[in-house]
Amino acid sequence: MFDRRLLTHFDWVLLLTVCLLAGIGIANLYSSTSGWNFIATPIYLKQMVWLCGGVSMALLICCFDYRHLEHFSIHSYLVSIALLLIVLLLGKTTMGATRWIDLGPFNLQPSEVIKIVMIMLLARIFGRTAHPLGYSLAEIWRPALLICLPMLLILKQPDLGTAMMLLFIAASMLVFAGLRRSTLIGLAVIGSGCSVAGWFFLHDYQKARIKTFLNPEADPLGSGYHIIQSKIAVGSGGFSGKGFLSGTQSQLSFLPERHTDFAFSVFAEEWGFAGCSVLLLIYLFLIIWGIYISRRAADRFGMFLALGVTAMIFWHIVVNLGMVIGLLPVVGVPLPLFSYGGTSMVTTMIGVGLLMSVSMRRFKF
Amino acid sequence: MGLNSRWSEHPRVQRRFLLFSFAAALIFLLLVLRLWYLQMISYERYNERSIRNRTRVLSMAAPRGPIFDRDGNLLVDNRPSFGISVMRQDVTDREMLLQRLAELLPADPVDLEARWKEGIRFPVYRPVPLAHDVSRETMERVLEHSLELPGVLTEVRPVRDYLEKGSAAHLIGYLGEVTESELEQERFQDYLPGDYVGKIALEKEYENYLTGHRGQRLVEVDVKGKLLRQLQMEPARPGNKLYLTLSQPLQRAADMAFGEQSGAAVALDVHSGEVLAMVSRPTFNPGLFARGIASDEWVGLLRDPRHPLQNKVLNGLYSPASTFKMIVAMAAMRDKMSTARRVIDCSGRFELGDATFRCWKKEGHGRTGLKKALRESCDVWFYQVGLDLGIEKLAAAAKEFGLGAPVGFPLPGEKKGVIPSKQWKREQLNAPWYGGETVIASIGQGFVLATPIQLAVMTAALANGGQVYTPQIIRRIEDWQGDILLQSEPELVRQIEYVPEAWAAVRAGLEAAVNEAHGTGWAAHLDTVRVAGKTGTSQVVRRKSDEEEEQESGDSAEVPYRFRPHALFVAYAPAENPQIAVAVVVEHGQHGGSVAGPIAKAILEAYFDKRQSATHHDGAGDDDV
Repeated sequence: MFDRRLLTHFDWVLLLTVCLLAGIGIANLYSSTSGWNFIATPIYLKQMVWLCGGVSMALLICCFDYRHLEHFSIHSYLVSIALLLIVLLLGKTTMGATRWIDLGPFNLQPSEVIKIVMIMLLARIFGRTAHPLGYSLAEIWRPALLICLPMLLILKQPDLGTAMMLLFIAASMLVFAGLRRSTLIGLAVIGSGCSVAGWFFLHDYQKARIKTFLNPEADPLGSGYHIIQSKIAVGSGGFSGKGFLSGTQSQLSFLPERHTDFAFSVFAEEWGFAGCSVLLLIYLFLIIWGIYISRRAADRFGMFLALGVTAMIFWHIVVNLGMVIGLLPVVGVPLPLFSYGGTSMVTTMIGVGLLMSVSMRRFKF
Repeated sequence: MGLNSRWSEHPRVQRRFLLFSFAAALIFLLLVLRLWYLQMISYERYNERSIRNRTRVLSMAAPRGPIFDRDGNLLVDNRPSFGISVMRQDVTDREMLLQRLAELLPADPVDLEARWKEGIRFPVYRPVPLAHDVSRETMERVLEHSLELPGVLTEVRPVRDYLEKGSAAHLIGYLGEVTESELEQERFQDYLPGDYVGKIALEKEYENYLTGHRGQRLVEVDVKGKLLRQLQMEPARPGNKLYLTLSQPLQRAADMAFGEQSGAAVALDVHSGEVLAMVSRPTFNPGLFARGIASDEWVGLLRDPRHPLQNKVLNGLYSPASTFKMIVAMAAMRDKMSTARRVIDCSGRFELGDATFRCWKKEGHGRTGLKKALRESCDVWFYQVGLDLGIEKLAAAAKEFGLGAPVGFPLPGEKKGVIPSKQWKREQLNAPWYGGETVIASIGQGFVLATPIQLAVMTAALANGGQVYTPQIIRRIEDWQGDILLQSEPELVRQIEYVPEAWAAVRAGLEAAVNEAHGTGWAAHLDTVRVAGKTGTSQVVRRKSDEEEEQESGDSAEVPYRFRPHALFVAYAPAENPQIAVAVVVEHGQHGGSVAGPIAKAILEAYFDKRQSATHHDGAGDDDV
């Protein structure tokens, strides 16, 4: 069953790019948590363990032919929806949000699972039906419904960030599948209507975040604190940065969440505009490479699968950076491969595994 | 490429891949542009904010300059005071913290809450003071529990320590927190809210000299305000040292001699006008103000009928009574020798028109000349001589000796007193002058009013042969390294000219009053030094007749306190070569000789004791005047 061509076609570029980014991320974590002597295992070591686990998982996944996934996608979707319901009923509540299911040794976050499953399901739907002229409004109500159901469940948790991610990923795949102009206009109208209505359903803290984004200086010690301190950290980096381990904003703890959502601020402070540009170039290369994999995919399912995964990584990067540098409101979205956290690492690495799987099987017989 | 039927090779799809790649690149470009804006264009602004984030300027209070007496005895110093304050930004549960602190101090949580609210006007990183001047034990108790009290700090700052307690409190003054209206003035531009400044007297007038120059420390802190390291430091410069003309032993002796009595005493060096002692009783403890006086204590001081907050040496107005007789005698000596040489037969009463004026001695003094009149304070002699001279000549002599105008003491608010004349009465009361008023003025009663310091200047001028000096209180000011900033010189206001016989005759009369039989000033007699002086008993309320003036008989105890006359005594010594002049007023003390005399004596005794025991030291001191 094992094809030796899989080895010759192994995507080293992708794996090396991912490891390079994760390596920079770990070095950055080493710096941002260097003053933490109150935890037994340093954060950067834990992240290394997560990286090793993630890479192994990606390698395992790429050995597995992605085409089998097409058949599982509907079942996986149903299971994920069930998990989301369980979270709402029995989930573990921390900091006002219910996002996790306690499975003993680790916590399962179904909203992360659904990202991958949604990509699989949409790849199956769009892969099977080709609409050369693009989808009309009548033709997309079914996929739209499949997208909206988990989104609503996630919004209920409440987790605006993940729901937004899901929307962005699905929208990217939908646009790629092709939409008629009338469909685009119709969706825009519905979307803006929903967002106006949605404002009334937002939680107070979510409204506060959006208001804060619009005017962070109104409450510099309260909800505006994160974004102000992050902008100070990034801005004070200047062109060449303050140097590794020398960022005052991060080393003196002015920057909150600096090992998770605001990890990039630490990097920007210590490495400056020059370092940020290089890092962004590597990320951009990763995205372009993902699109390249999608383009070379052997079938439509693989193409959409690779595109969906690439969109997922892309939107995480854009939303996280946008939030850190004050372009977008603060929604808790981590920077893939860079922010500390097992969940993010595992999700990203599953995606990377799928990308590799598609990439290795690009040749038809 | 194998079977070539890839959907992805459809040109429309190929275009879409290209479009997506471009879109991704474009969005990344947007992010890079934003980074460019933050890190390149706004770098200065954010860098400055990051520096401000991590650095704090901590100011260090500078110790206020100490105050010494003329010989370098410390009168006012600074002591460390422990304060409890709180960094608001480090507190998560305010109510619990204040509750816990209230138990430890102990204090009323409501008060702490109020202090907290007062502190809201300060910047966040500035600690809010919660308790001032707590004991060392309290501070240690708070330190022991510091783990349960996040954000609570203990601070040490110098606080004024008045070593002599209430002694010379009116002269030295006290401190209080700088007010908001003061902070708006230019001369307080270097002060911060919560700083202490001089509120009255020398502490206020010499604020510029006494206040130190605050030091600064630039430190790096983390987000919790925890101090990490010091970046820069400019040490605090202490205030300048004030050397007063006061002499601590004299001051103490005068205070002690007063006991519970109210009044004022002042001693001058007759050759320079330097104030050697200045006492105003009752007094108050200026240390109370240093820690923030409680309002009931303050109201108590304000409402006390004996006026503890008033400096009676400068602001107390009294009839000089018989002490004024030296002026009348001098005026007589200048007028005509015949006036001064008059011998009057004192029968105990003096008639003028319908009115009868009594001598204090009911049975009269018999044949009385100038010397006897001064010695035994014969009123009738002065009634007659005063009437002969007329009020204008009396007033002129009094003004020469420094009465009726401020003496120029370097504190504001000094009273100028009253030396009446015809013109004065016309202007003030719009009434003509009567002969009877001249009679009363001749014994220093009626309209005549003077402050104790004026009486001292008058006595000193008599003692030194007519030199009227401006009283001095600052001897010199040194900076903290000992460099002299200011050295005071005697200020001669005027030289009064009289024939030598005039001085000799009047001085002989004052000498006799203290040293000879029947002298009214016997109570100030000293064995070691010859003292010259004059008593005075000043009526407080004008009563219709003089009948009740006969206090000799012993029925005085029945007179209510507030109607009792003031006791006065002025003196100088040694009689043959005067060095020191003293004026004493004991409010409602009844009788000058027996009540005020001993206080003057105590001051003179202390002065000459000191001279004897420390001749060498003092000789050196005299050289640099």
